[in-house]
Parts: sequence; structure tokens; C-alpha cells
Amino acid sequence: MSAAVRVRGATKTFPGRGRAAGVTALENIELRVEPGQFVSLIGPSGCGKSTLLRLVADLDRPSAGSIEVFGDPAAKARVKQAYGIAFQQAGLLPWRTVAANIRLPLELHRFPPARRHARVAELLALVGLEDFADRYPDQLSGGMQQRVAIARALAESPELLLMDEPFGALDEMTRERMQGELKRIAGETGAAVVFVTHSIPEAVFLSDKVVVMSPRPGRIVDELPITLGTGSAADDVRESEAFFRQVSAVRELLHGVPGAAPRGVDLR
Amino acid sequence: MRIAQRILTPVVFGVLALAVWQLLVVALKIPPFVLPAPLAVGAVFQLQLPIVGNGMLITGLNALIGLVLGTALGVVGAILAAFLRAIDELAAPLVTALSVVPIVALAPVLYTMYGAGAQTARQFIAALAVFVPVYVTTLRGLRQVAPVHRDLLRAYAATRWQATRAVTLPGAVPYLFTGIRIASSLSVITALVAEYFGGPVNGLANAITSAAANSNFTLAYAFVLGAILVGLVFFVGGLLLERLATRHSIT
Repeated sequence: MSAAVRVRGATKTFPGRGRAAGVTALENIELRVEPGQFVSLIGPSGCGKSTLLRLVADLDRPSAGSIEVFGDPAAKARVKQAYGIAFQQAGLLPWRTVAANIRLPLELHRFPPARRHARVAELLALVGLEDFADRYPDQLSGGMQQRVAIARALAESPELLLMDEPFGALDEMTRERMQGELKRIAGETGAAVVFVTHSIPEAVFLSDKVVVMSPRPGRIVDELPITLGTGSAADDVRESEAFFRQVSAVRELLHGVPGAAPRGVDLR
Repeated sequence: MRIAQRILTPVVFGVLALAVWQLLVVALKIPPFVLPAPLAVGAVFQLQLPIVGNGMLITGLNALIGLVLGTALGVVGAILAAFLRAIDELAAPLVTALSVVPIVALAPVLYTMYGAGAQTARQFIAALAVFVPVYVTTLRGLRQVAPVHRDLLRAYAATRWQATRAVTLPGAVPYLFTGIRIASSLSVITALVAEYFGGPVNGLANAITSAAANSNFTLAYAFVLGAILVGLVFFVGGLLLERLATRHSIT
């Protein structure tokens, strides 16, 4: 069985404008995500983690190297709708109701009209928004909007979910609740997830594997498999000794990275 | 509560201003050919309602036809310009020229073209004035697709037509209605001012001119009041349409 995502030697340089020098956002990235695996990309701002996700989604093309999604080149995988995607902004269409927003990919991809209604109802139940089907996005909180975006990403039951800091704009309480729900949803759907974040506890809590990246140029520093006791309640996991130990491990990897020194420190 | 306050404050201020005006006219014995009192204007307005109302109807209809025609032209033009680069490049200098020309200056020419007995020239002038803001705002709306929506549609491998229908066109609707709101007052002003340059003599502006020429200044002000009311109706109508169209947009 082929990997959900296979990145080989991917490099991405953005050409400079005028006299400005070009920027190497990613250099020689190797990454493998197994089917059903939850992988987080973590690193300081500017380490290219979002760029890497965009390459996998074929929203940008690599300058060198290859990217495969379920054995297909990224461009073909995008056309085949091999993945669902969610961004930091929910990106809902404000003139459509919640149900119509979730229905959008089904409409675009000629999902049988007779089954659309049932599928939307299923997805609403999955993200706990059954009572909000006819609301408009401006009537929802940020967390609810993001849940709609996740339901939309899951609409066609993709085997791979790409998420670019989807909880980045949420407050801490909402964020933890959403993390719990995402973990449950990922488990229920069995989809592989590539999750970009800059929150260490978030990455550790959610992931099977945390990929630590360094900036300028973006490189993978290390990969850390995460093992937390499964089956226990979210709050117990967050307070377990294993959780703290692995949060510390990721933090040490991040801080060992040159360029990740705290800002405002004078190094002269 | 706050809405009541927002409406009440200007109303109270307006009534107060009118009261001061009335008081000054009476106290200082200002003759009506200098400044008629608001109560006198109101009385004449009521008395001459059939005539003033008729003028309001004629000028208002000209403005409305101009608004509808100009909006239709503006929307079609903006859609063509948004999807055909050549049209955009051809139209840009023309629209710029149109936006700096005082459009009522075209009135005498158009009266000659359409005949002095028809309202067509006035409706056309209003349509031209309306066209510019509607075209400009709609075109901007059609170009303003949020980056996150662009990414989303690319991720969905949507065709160009699907993207247009799902995101570009609905996204431009609030912009269109902002253009209509701006244009709605403009249509009344241009339709009214165009009357000063000729054409049939039954509109509001003609009535203002002839009342003033007969030294009936109170009646002239009654027609001015009629013009204000027509302008207000268009302004409020445009505002309500815009509110309706933008009620769900997230800014």
C-alpha cells in the first residue's frame, strides 16, 4: 500500500523581485505520512511549514523534488480530490448558509443530488452543528465557523486531511475543545492528517508523529513519534506524565534550532 | 435603544433647526423673497400638492429609469471587463473620461438628438451618471476574490465557470449594491439638473425656475421640498437595498 503522502527532496524557492534576493522556503524535504496517520508540522514562523502543506495540496509547485499523494503526483491527486483541506481562516462563503457551505464541494463535484441532503446532515452531526444548518457564517462564533470548515473538508470522505493552523485564531478554551473533537473525528473517519501548527501541546496532543522544522531555509530537524495512552479522556491525557515528557522533547528540538532564539535578546 | 437614539437625535436636531428658522423669519420680519418661513413653505406644499406631486413623479420617474438603465449597463460592462481583458483596457480611459465630464453638460446635445419634447434625454443623462459608480464598484467586487477562497476553489479543482458562479459573482453583489446606493442620489440630482438645460417643462426643476421667475418664492421652496423628498426616497431605497445585500458579509 502506498503512503498517504510521500515527499522526496522537495525544495521551494521564491524568486526575488527586482533587486531583492530570492528566498529558499524549503530545502530538501523528505516526509512520509502513512494512511490513517496524524502528522503535525511544527516550527517557528517562516520555517516553511505552510509552504510544505501547500505543495502537498498542489496549491504551489515545488522548485525541485517530487510529491506523491496515495501514489499519484500532487497535481493529479488534487484533480482526483484525494484530500480535504482547511485553512487558518475558515474561508466560508458568507452568502451561503452553514448547510450550503458544507454542500459546496458536493455541488462542484457532481455528488448525486438525492444523497446530498443526507450527507450534509451526517457531517453536521459529526461536528455537532445540527441546530445551525440554516444559520449564516456571520451568526456563528469563530470556533463554530472552523467546525463548518472541517465538515466541508470532510464532505467527500477524503483519506487525507490537510490542515493549515485551523485553530490558530481561536481562544485557548475553544482550541482545546476543538482539538479533542478533531482527534475524535480523525479517529472515526480513519483519515490521515497533515496538521500545521506552532503550538507544541497541540501537536503532541493530536499527533502520531511530530515533524520539527527550522527556518531559513526550511528544513526538517527531526521527527518524533508520539505515544500517549489511548482511550483515556482528553483532560487526563493533557495532564499525564507522558504528555509533559513529549512536550519537553519537542520543545528541546525546537530550541536547539539556530534562529529560534527568543526575540529581543541581543546576541552581540 | 441605541437605534431609537440614532434616529431620534437627528430628528430632534432637524425640528429644532426648523423652529429656529421659523422664529428668525417671524422675529426679524424677513420678507418671503429673501427667505420664506418653513411653516409657509409647508402650507403651500400641502395646498399645491397635486402640482408638486406631479413634478415629483415626473422627475422621480426619469431618475428611476436612469438608475435602472445605468445599473444594467454598469453591471454588463463590469462583467465583460472582468472576464475579457481587452474590453477592460479599452473601457478604462472611456470610463475615466466619463467620470470627469460633468454629465449634465451633455444635456443640450442630447436634447437636440432626442427632441425637446421627450424625457429621453434626461433619463439618458441620469443613466450615464449612474453607470460610472456602478461599473467601478461592480468591477472591483468581481476582482476581489479572497485568497482563501481562491485556494479553496483550486483545491476543489473547480473549473473557471464553477469558480465564477460559486464565488466571483455572489462575492461582487455587495459591491454592486454599494454602487447602486451611491448612484441612487446621483440619478435624482442629474435628472433634476438636466431639466435646467431644456426639454419638457413639467419637471421639478422647471417648476422651481418658473415659480422663482414669478416671484413666488414660497412656491419655489415648496418644489425644492419636493425635490428633497424625491432624493430622500432614492437615498433610503438605495441604503435599504445595500443593507439587504450585505447583511451576511463578513468584513
